[in-house]
Amino acid sequence: MLNEDLKAKITELFPGSTIDEGNDPAAAGWVNVNVEANNWLPVATQLRSDLSLQFDYLFCLTCIDWKTHLTMVYHLSSTKFRHNIVVKAKLDRTIPEIETVCHIWRTANFHEREVYEMFGVNFLNHPDLRLLILPDGWEGKNPMRKDFEDPVNMIRL
Amino acid sequence: MVEEVGTTTEGDLIINVGPQHPATHGVLHLVITLNGETIKKVEPHLGFIHRSIEKMCESLTYRQFIYVTSRMDYLSAHINNHGCALCVEKGLQVEIPARAQVIRVLMDELTRLASHELWWGAMAMDLGAFTPFFHAFRERETINDIMEETCGARLTMNYMVPGGVMQDIHPNFQRRVKEFIELYKRKIGEYDEMVTGNIIFQNRMKGVGYLSKEDAISYGCTGPTGRGSGLSCDIRKLYPYEVYDKLEFDEITETGGDSFARYMVRIREMQQSVRIIEQLIDNIPEGDFQAKTKAVLKLPKGEFYSRVETARGEFGVYIVSEGGTTPYRIKFRSPGFSNLSVLDHIARGGKIGDLIAMMGTLDLVIPDIDR
Repeated sequence: MLNEDLKAKITELFPGSTIDEGNDPAAAGWVNVNVEANNWLPVATQLRSDLSLQFDYLFCLTCIDWKTHLTMVYHLSSTKFRHNIVVKAKLDRTIPEIETVCHIWRTANFHEREVYEMFGVNFLNHPDLRLLILPDGWEGKNPMRKDFEDPVNMIRL
Repeated sequence: MVEEVGTTTEGDLIINVGPQHPATHGVLHLVITLNGETIKKVEPHLGFIHRSIEKMCESLTYRQFIYVTSRMDYLSAHINNHGCALCVEKGLQVEIPARAQVIRVLMDELTRLASHELWWGAMAMDLGAFTPFFHAFRERETINDIMEETCGARLTMNYMVPGGVMQDIHPNFQRRVKEFIELYKRKIGEYDEMVTGNIIFQNRMKGVGYLSKEDAISYGCTGPTGRGSGLSCDIRKLYPYEVYDKLEFDEITETGGDSFARYMVRIREMQQSVRIIEQLIDNIPEGDFQAKTKAVLKLPKGEFYSRVETARGEFGVYIVSEGGTTPYRIKFRSPGFSNLSVLDHIARGGKIGDLIAMMGTLDLVIPDIDR
């Protein structure tokens, strides 16, 4: 599906979402959709199951710390139609919470665990939300947040 | 890490493999729950070589951060650099010279050959055959020598920079690559004679570690792991970069979905890499090897994403720029991370002795997973 058709389809399916226009002309030219965090699960389910969308491949899942809020970024692709989409959800920085999608795309299991420990995002209903990369018993701030300071081994360049 | 060795209430045995274990090819820690010798659960514990490269990159300029990325997937160092250079070039909107494009593709394919060589030798060694390792390393050594001559390094090359490549190829490069390809075409048949056709090897690989196409997509498996399950996921074909759209090569897929299918994909991919190198080696265009770029690079505000195909699968670079000289946030989508997450799924119900074969065919490189 072409980007124009994708935009029309997304606006039709999710009236609450907004689409970023031409935010990054030099980037891959993917449609950027902003959704409400508490609306993410139904949107994700629809994106996966809608017959003309079929986003079955979550190829990148990450989080950005904007100092005032966090943004979850999901890069989705369809192995059938070969179209791509980027979905973003804004999270509160003090109590970041969003529904897990690891039963829709199972690769999200590891990626969400990584975001959980690095950014402190709490994924609701995640089956196994534990530390993955950080050592057990890690206490203190989340390392990938912008205000993280390691008193022992901080790398400053 | 929690010491979980012992027996559970149901009588299952819990054992550790790693973090220091020759079969994991790096510092990977697996906690395995066994019922007899049947695997009930495999739980990877990561982070033993986590250097937080993403965080480091936030304080490095766009020219500097590429050097760190060679240390992720050190067997595909060129291709990691390539992905990062492509992403920065997207932001700068520079067109890179034809000569640099061809050199980049040549280097990528030589890297892919070297990486698959090492995998093949190590894979056979995991299964108890020691000789193939020496054969594989003999050929890989030649590639490393060629790389050393042009890039000055054998493993962490840092050869690709935004705008092209660091320096021109060595005068001997074309001659030596041609000599190597001639030699290699004679040797590649030996591999099949030595390992592929071996009945013990086939028995240990066929029907082991089955991964269906749907699961491969759901787990985000790419590269030979995904293609072994019949998933067409070669970024070189789907989203061609540089000169890949002008080249003749096949995307290798196998439908078996087992360890043997993943093995065959890599063996056949080596032949395709040779095919690509043969098409390009005599046709390197004259001209500049680097486009003119400013000394200090600044990316416009926005987000940039590039995808390349490493020897292990899809490598993605996601840069969020605030308009400064350093990235605000950078994310590396490493193929190994997603490929590892499928290990628990394919190993369940299998035998502990086959686990090493399954891990071998996933071709895990631990620094790539931990980043």
